[in-house]
Amino acid sequence: MLVAISFYLLAFVAIASAFMVVASRNPVHSVMFLIVTFFSAAGLFILMGAEFLALLLVMVYVGAVAVLFLFVVMMLDVDFVELKQGFLQYLPFGFVVALILLAEMIMVGAAYFTGETKALATYSGEKSNLERFGEVLYTDYAFFFEAAGLVLLVAMIGAIVLTLRERDGVRKQDITKQVGRTRETAIEMVDIESGQGVG
Amino acid sequence: MIIGLAHYLTVAAILFTIGVFGIFVNRKNVIIILMCVELILLAVNINFVAFSTHMVETGANEPLAGQIFALFILTVAAAEAAVGLAILVVYFRNRGNIAVEDIDLMKG
Repeated sequence: MLVAISFYLLAFVAIASAFMVVASRNPVHSVMFLIVTFFSAAGLFILMGAEFLALLLVMVYVGAVAVLFLFVVMMLDVDFVELKQGFLQYLPFGFVVALILLAEMIMVGAAYFTGETKALATYSGEKSNLERFGEVLYTDYAFFFEAAGLVLLVAMIGAIVLTLRERDGVRKQDITKQVGRTRETAIEMVDIESGQGVG
Repeated sequence: MIIGLAHYLTVAAILFTIGVFGIFVNRKNVIIILMCVELILLAVNINFVAFSTHMVETGANEPLAGQIFALFILTVAAAEAAVGLAILVVYFRNRGNIAVEDIDLMKG
């Protein structure tokens, strides 16, 4: 009973805030509602028994992605009210697409569950979710794990290279220039006749 | 009342639909579109975890594979958000606005 109540509460909050992500006028509010959605989804994950993934979701999305979105929303000086124009214009079309999509998914689900019902049972092991997760991830999926690290590295370098800019008129330390200085470029030998200064 | 696989799949389906709906409705704001993509990926993740946790372990299969896959989706989603927002910042610097309708440099 408790599980049912928590499920319906979390599911309702997740769906309502997901809708507010789409519908709210201010993008900052959208990001906040996105955070609420991800929190509720993490709750659903815990209900399902995937605790590790739930905590990971909170860490990655609330801790990193949502903050990234917030930074970008606040950095860009855009008139967001203007961007919201045309919302009503596209509303009917959006509803049609959404309804078709939902109907398709309901039909697939109905066909699957009214047919031969498969025995569904939550697995219960003596080991915790995290232990089992590690046992699988670092053995069968070790190479994929490393590949995921590579993906993150490429994304990080890509984001830095994209947003790095050279501005004119800014005095910056140029290490290669400093190290590349030789004696010839730095020092000038001048013969000074006695009694006269450097001309 | 038993909360089964179908309940979780329904939630995921609704979230996915809201994501697609948002892309179609917010045609002008790239940031909202990126957030909708995140919503869609979250719906897919819920599906993966639901199937993974409701799978009967027979010995021949590995129920946790679904959760591992959800982890990789999470990784790729984070990378995608970072690169997408970086592109957005660069685009804003060059053009001064981020209206989707004006992004037609390639005449697509």
